[in-house]
Amino acid sequence: MSATGFFGQLFALVLALLLAPLLTGWVNQCRAWLQNRAAPPLLQQYYLLHKLFHKDVVLAHGASPLFRFAPYAVFGCMLLASAIIPSLSTDLPLAPAADALALVGVFGLARVFISLAAMDVGTSFGTLGGRREMMIGFLAEPALLIVIFTVALIAQSTSLATIVETLAHRALNIYPSIAFAGLAFTMVSFAENARVPVDNPATHLELTMIHEAMILEYSGRHLALIEWAASLKLYAFSCLGLALFFPWGIAERDNVFALMAAVPLLVVKLAIGGAVLALIETVNAKMRIFRAPEFLGTAFLLAVLGMLVNLLLES
Amino acid sequence: MNLIAHYASQLINLCAAVMLLLAFAMLAQRRVIHVIDLFALQGLALFLSTMVVAFKTGQTHLYYSAALTLSLKVLLLPWILHRLVRMLHIKREVEALINIPTTMLIGIVLVVVAFNVALPIAQLSASVARGMLGIALATVLLAFLMMITRRKAITQVVGFLAMENGLFLAATSATYGMPMVVELGIALDVLIGVIILGVFFFQIRDQFDSLDIHHMEKLKEH
Repeated sequence: MSATGFFGQLFALVLALLLAPLLTGWVNQCRAWLQNRAAPPLLQQYYLLHKLFHKDVVLAHGASPLFRFAPYAVFGCMLLASAIIPSLSTDLPLAPAADALALVGVFGLARVFISLAAMDVGTSFGTLGGRREMMIGFLAEPALLIVIFTVALIAQSTSLATIVETLAHRALNIYPSIAFAGLAFTMVSFAENARVPVDNPATHLELTMIHEAMILEYSGRHLALIEWAASLKLYAFSCLGLALFFPWGIAERDNVFALMAAVPLLVVKLAIGGAVLALIETVNAKMRIFRAPEFLGTAFLLAVLGMLVNLLLES
Repeated sequence: MNLIAHYASQLINLCAAVMLLLAFAMLAQRRVIHVIDLFALQGLALFLSTMVVAFKTGQTHLYYSAALTLSLKVLLLPWILHRLVRMLHIKREVEALINIPTTMLIGIVLVVVAFNVALPIAQLSASVARGMLGIALATVLLAFLMMITRRKAITQVVGFLAMENGLFLAATSATYGMPMVVELGIALDVLIGVIILGVFFFQIRDQFDSLDIHHMEKLKEH
């Protein structure tokens, strides 16, 4: 492990922690602008986290230790996920610990914990949210896996660092399968991050909420950790999307200069991605929950098509 | 121009993949108007891929068939279909016999079959775009599926036209297009076919007050 790699990893972690709430704030701001509302300040998420960390935790009667442990587990999973996704550099000491398939597992682990915690207190909302989350999750995961298989077939490896190196530092080829996979990945990340066509992060209406229903019982620092984890998940998914489909500018091994240049590029890419996300959220209406399987089924289909097209045209 | 030549086969592959994607979009689409728009887009992808094949191989007659595709399948036929939809006041959603997710899954199976069938044939071929044969076959089969699973006459006609798109793609990829006489004949057939079917639509609607072809199963001689 090189010193550059170590500092690059540390830097990527700190950057993830700092940028994640900013990204959420930026998406909210763009959404407000597009909907002709007065936008909240860009730093709103930080204010929220600051406020929540200074509040006392109120625990429900009968909450088991699992309920208290879950926010830390979810936060840890998301932190690990943003650490192993090559957002700035492919020289990540943590990256060999987990490849793209394990990454899907890490997201799954966080999902299991938050759903269990939602059911733990025994309120009807928590159970409802947990069930809906598991339904969305079990539909989104295969699609995400096949997207990763498609990209892995091109790079001949499931290691994220190798995939990024192959895609970013090779002569430009047009891969139709990447277009299919990118479309499927976008749809999956809407579902995974509780975004508008599938779930509305800004509502507390029992008919529509999925993610919010699960975290109703949380307060204080637990809620802060879960909010932060949600921001980190959005950040991790954005970085994964950028790494797989727009990998240009991600530094190679042992290259400090490229690492420094990658930071502003990442910020610009995230800003554009966040604006596009807000735009898609604004032009789409929230689907009925029973339409979500169809939406995710389409994502799965696109991913499978991508893989088939890859086998036929690019092998 | 050099750049196009360099990326020619990849561009053709991309166009073919887009055509396949649009075939699936047509299967998933619930509104008649959008199905027609998607058909026009598929024609556009076909036009682009034919242009690239023509440029890459220097077959001048392919330019004519590309122009034919553009004028007929991208502009004229969608315009006629849009007019028909407007005159027949079809605003309803497309009624499918099988629900849409199941249709899509059947579609995936068809694509796998088509790719498998085409693979040995494609390996014999030496043309620029041999991988496209599988996609062309898949497009034909998907259009066929659309004709089978839709209840309304107008979406069946769009399915028929989309099938012709797939055949045309197969022709350009496998043998650099058919002879001009054949192509002109087919183009004219398709055009006349759509016009006659347009007349039929009015007859069917006058008879049954609906475009649902299931009513026609009960036809009797009086």
